[in-house]
Amino acid sequence: MSDVAPQTETAVQPPSRVSPFRALVRWESMLLVLLGATILYGAAVSPVFLNSGDLFYICLNVGEVAIMALPVTLIVITGEIDLSIASTLGLAGVVMAEAFKHGWSIWAAMIAALALGAVAGVFNGFLVTRVGLPSLAVTIGTLTLYRGIAQVILPTDTIGGFPSGLANIGVVPIPGTQLPYSIAFFGLLAVVFGVVLHMTPLGRAIFAIGASQEAAFFAGIRVKRIKFMLFVLSGILSGFAGILWTLRFASARYDSGTGLELFVVTIVLLGGVSIFGGRGTIVGVVLAVAVLGCLQTALTLALVSSEDQNIVVGGLLIASVIVPNVAGLVRRTRVRMRSASARRQIGDRPQAESA
Amino acid sequence: MNAAEGPLLRLEHADKRFGAIRALENVHIELFAGEVHGLVGENGAGKSTLVKILAGVLRPDAGRLLLDGEEAIFDNAKQSQTAGIAIIFQEPTLFPDLSVAENIFVGGQPLKRGRRIDVRRMRRDAVGLFQQLGVRLDPDRLARGLSIADQQLVEIAKALSAHARVIVMDEPTAALTASEVERLFGIVETLRARGAAVLFISHRLEEIFGLCQRVTVMRDGRHVLTQPIEELTSQAIIRAMVGREMAALFPKVASEPGPIVLKVDRLTREGVFTDVSFDVRGGEIVALAGLVGAGRSEVARAIFGIDRWDAGSVEISGRKLPKASPTAAIAAGIGLVPEDRRQQGLVMDFSIERNIALASLGRVQRFGLIPHGAERSFARDWAVRLQLKYGRLSNPVWTLSGGNQQKVVLAKWLARRPALLIVDEPTRGIDVGTKAEVHRLLSELAAHGVAVLMISSELPEVLGMADRIVVLFEGRVSRTFARADIDEDAIMRAATGLVEEAAA
Amino acid sequence: MTTTVERARVPYDGERTGSHQLAELLFRFRELGIVLALVLVVGATTIDNQRFVSGTSLQQLLAGAAIIALLAIGETIVIVTRNVDLSIGSVLGISAYAAGSVFVHYPHASTFVVLLIGLLVGAACGAVNGAIVTILRVPSLVVTLGTLYVIRGIDAAWAGGNQIASFSLPNSFNKIGYGTIAGVPYLGLIAIGAVAVATYAMRSFRTGRDFYAIGSNPEAARLAGIPVGRRVFTAFVLSGAIAGFAGVLWLSYFGSVDAIAGVGYEFQVIAAVVVGGVAIFGGSGTVLGAALGALLLNTISSALVVVNVSSNWNQALAGALLVGAIAFDRLIALRVAPALRTRRSSRE
Repeated sequence: MSDVAPQTETAVQPPSRVSPFRALVRWESMLLVLLGATILYGAAVSPVFLNSGDLFYICLNVGEVAIMALPVTLIVITGEIDLSIASTLGLAGVVMAEAFKHGWSIWAAMIAALALGAVAGVFNGFLVTRVGLPSLAVTIGTLTLYRGIAQVILPTDTIGGFPSGLANIGVVPIPGTQLPYSIAFFGLLAVVFGVVLHMTPLGRAIFAIGASQEAAFFAGIRVKRIKFMLFVLSGILSGFAGILWTLRFASARYDSGTGLELFVVTIVLLGGVSIFGGRGTIVGVVLAVAVLGCLQTALTLALVSSEDQNIVVGGLLIASVIVPNVAGLVRRTRVRMRSASARRQIGDRPQAESA
Repeated sequence: MNAAEGPLLRLEHADKRFGAIRALENVHIELFAGEVHGLVGENGAGKSTLVKILAGVLRPDAGRLLLDGEEAIFDNAKQSQTAGIAIIFQEPTLFPDLSVAENIFVGGQPLKRGRRIDVRRMRRDAVGLFQQLGVRLDPDRLARGLSIADQQLVEIAKALSAHARVIVMDEPTAALTASEVERLFGIVETLRARGAAVLFISHRLEEIFGLCQRVTVMRDGRHVLTQPIEELTSQAIIRAMVGREMAALFPKVASEPGPIVLKVDRLTREGVFTDVSFDVRGGEIVALAGLVGAGRSEVARAIFGIDRWDAGSVEISGRKLPKASPTAAIAAGIGLVPEDRRQQGLVMDFSIERNIALASLGRVQRFGLIPHGAERSFARDWAVRLQLKYGRLSNPVWTLSGGNQQKVVLAKWLARRPALLIVDEPTRGIDVGTKAEVHRLLSELAAHGVAVLMISSELPEVLGMADRIVVLFEGRVSRTFARADIDEDAIMRAATGLVEEAAA
Repeated sequence: MTTTVERARVPYDGERTGSHQLAELLFRFRELGIVLALVLVVGATTIDNQRFVSGTSLQQLLAGAAIIALLAIGETIVIVTRNVDLSIGSVLGISAYAAGSVFVHYPHASTFVVLLIGLLVGAACGAVNGAIVTILRVPSLVVTLGTLYVIRGIDAAWAGGNQIASFSLPNSFNKIGYGTIAGVPYLGLIAIGAVAVATYAMRSFRTGRDFYAIGSNPEAARLAGIPVGRRVFTAFVLSGAIAGFAGVLWLSYFGSVDAIAGVGYEFQVIAAVVVGGVAIFGGSGTVLGAALGALLLNTISSALVVVNVSSNWNQALAGALLVGAIAFDRLIALRVAPALRTRRSSRE
């Protein structure tokens, strides 16, 4: 079937389709508004909210999730997904703790955790790129598998006793600021990821893969290698998040971080990254991190239980994908109503009219 | 054709706009029972919009559709099918996981008691339909893996089962082998003899002349003419399609061939092509000719590294190329303009500038970063050189016409100054004016020493452009022609496997 | 140029060659393969420990797998349409708690009514999922990930820290969970019955075939006039309703419920479904296969207990089997694809 857009000699821009740039700017503006609303809510709930000390807790709560969200953003832009991140976080924490317990130096144990994250990512990447399996199914499988391995290694205990200097990472801000170390890492990584995604050939390649994998391949882009590296990166950063998490709570358990994938996916989608791939910005993701961080803290200050908080986050996730589609829905309903009456009508885009 | 009874289908005063573009303007067409009616026009003439209106996928802004004299309004595809109109698209879409019989009866399987599907009757009916068409296809096999020709058969059987009286075929022969085309023609005859009206859309005038009783030509969204085929010549049709006399369409400039750039030696891929050997020199245009299915695109893709090969070698400028690595091929100086522009040649959602720069990202960057506007100035350079017609370089590439899209693909590769440019169907789906520009471009390239390997199914294009012709038949080199030996008949015979004793 | 093809002599175009028939057999092989695996596992475990095939042990296998098998029915229908339902665990949980609450407040409530309530609660959840997926065109992964947490949150908020224990439940109700007829547990019978009905319905009714068509090629399904939105909505409602029904049965089986009922079930069910041969991309696979997959997975975990492997290995095993099954399917498909492809129609 030939093109949807009719072919003429002069280029045209059908008015009903917004340029990607404009769409994104709109999304980020909306996020700013949302952030403002969340801050207002927080301030209304508790006078503590606007304290600089509270900023510390806002960031602390969201630090690891934010770090994991960065590589997942890139993965989603290429049209894949990684749901195994929280399990990798837990498994990495367990591995670090076990190594430490068996006498390794804490630094060696941390390297072990990072290495484990890399292995987890390699396994995911291999299954997706070499065996050609759908990443959704694979990472649902490895989500279960990695958590299961963690459970085998450390079924019932928790391991604690980490060196206090490092364990303080969780509790003490960077001297001279009100920021936890985790957010500082996030900030650094966000800058790096942002530059790479938006200003380098690799970033262009990532967008191309998500927008049209075949065309990217035909243009000489090494699709498989890039996707593989992204999964490995996701594994490593999940391992890193596992280290931070374990140090923050000064203990490791097999079920650490269960359910965090929800938050990561929420951040990524709330940040304006399209679940279908090919679109998204790091700025949006950073804003989404801010929104989620403030929201979580505000809700905690409002004494909302963590299960109830999940309701809010789940709702936010759904809302962040519904909102862009509502415009489409309104348009489609209008067309359907018109078509049921008069014969004459101004033509909309073809897709709008198919059953 | 039964003119006495009035037309089976009549579309009159049809208008359709998309924003500022007029896709159809006061178009009318009539189909009578028992006729095969050809529809011809360049891309952009409005044929696909017309088909979509008949299919019920689009509603016209103005105009009426009459079936048997009664006005019909379709809100969706199903209503059009129920009214007796069936569309066979160029790439049929079946359900690969369902059986052939289920594909035919999807949505309306025969039922037995208790509203349960009567599988036996479904199978019997499917066999019966295939018998009517004069072919045999196993109704129980999965649709997955069927060749395009067989998929079309299933679609036609579906049309028959829905008692379609108007059957629209949109470029049905583009992906068929010669014998499959013959089989299709037989089926069209059968349909016609049973009183259906067949609307046959094709670029290939020889098919139109062989099959149709009347022909309608469209241009720029308007109806140009409708006449019985006896009153027309292909010149007349082309003139009506294009609006001007077709002067020299293929301005191939003579050039001195240089050293060998591409050397393909006994290249083999199990079941696809065998022992293919040829070379291309700088400054030459070598055409890979042959019928669809002969393996030409597969050879090209193997050279470029998209597909792998099992034996043989490929050398570029004397160095052996590793297999299955587009990266290596590109680094060695090869560019490939693929057959499927929309899926393989372009990232449709990307802007024009990003598409042009996509293969040259290394060149556009400084210290690892892409400076703001670097892609734009890079692209503008090439857009000017290729006389690209666009609104803004930041517009997505899907806003361009087919011809301009092809120019973007070309620009992408020319920007790398390749030693070898492989073009697969360079002018497919392009209007005649841009066709000539593309040909001129290729000639100029050759004149500058680039080696060009061209794959084309249009014999006139091959005859006009090529310095040498390598004819493939069923995966093997059937015959090679130097410029002096080029002879249309001989080429056709080589393409169909009838090889005479090779002249020296 | 318009010769008609002669009818008599031309063989089947796309005739099934030997290798082709083998390929199709492999596709249908799946259910047989699982049964074989089951036999192997049971056999191997029995060699190690005779008691594994005792009556009570087999009864427990069947009953334990019944809930997952039921959930697998609904999940299969959804996955066949190329969607996924991650919220079934939460739906099961909230339905179980709802059922328990009904008994707490109305100790003489009829079991039948409570089952119906569970079904309706589940159907309502399914309807929400279905509506968002079809009307608002949101990918089901995202929707059901969200509702997984929203529904569980509501369940947790409702339950508070409470637990409803079996003494609050009428005996007649509890009997469903542990009762048997002729040695076969009620739960097992219910599951077998439901699986049989569902498998048959998916194969023999138009709506069932529509599900497969939608998963196989959504665009073509739309063009063919299949009401895709309505069908997908139905699939989610069915999945939710079955999960709700299963929730009530779960209450009967376990005899008590708190807020963490059903947590994590979605991944077990998806593992069962994929192992059972349902393609994650939709369009193929049967309910029977999925149910057998559930039985196999449950049997393996029970077998592990019997041979003294700790239950900590369960999750890891489920994950490994899931990954293994998808990889296996893919490799089979790669082998089979060339056999299925027709050669060009003629070789003149």
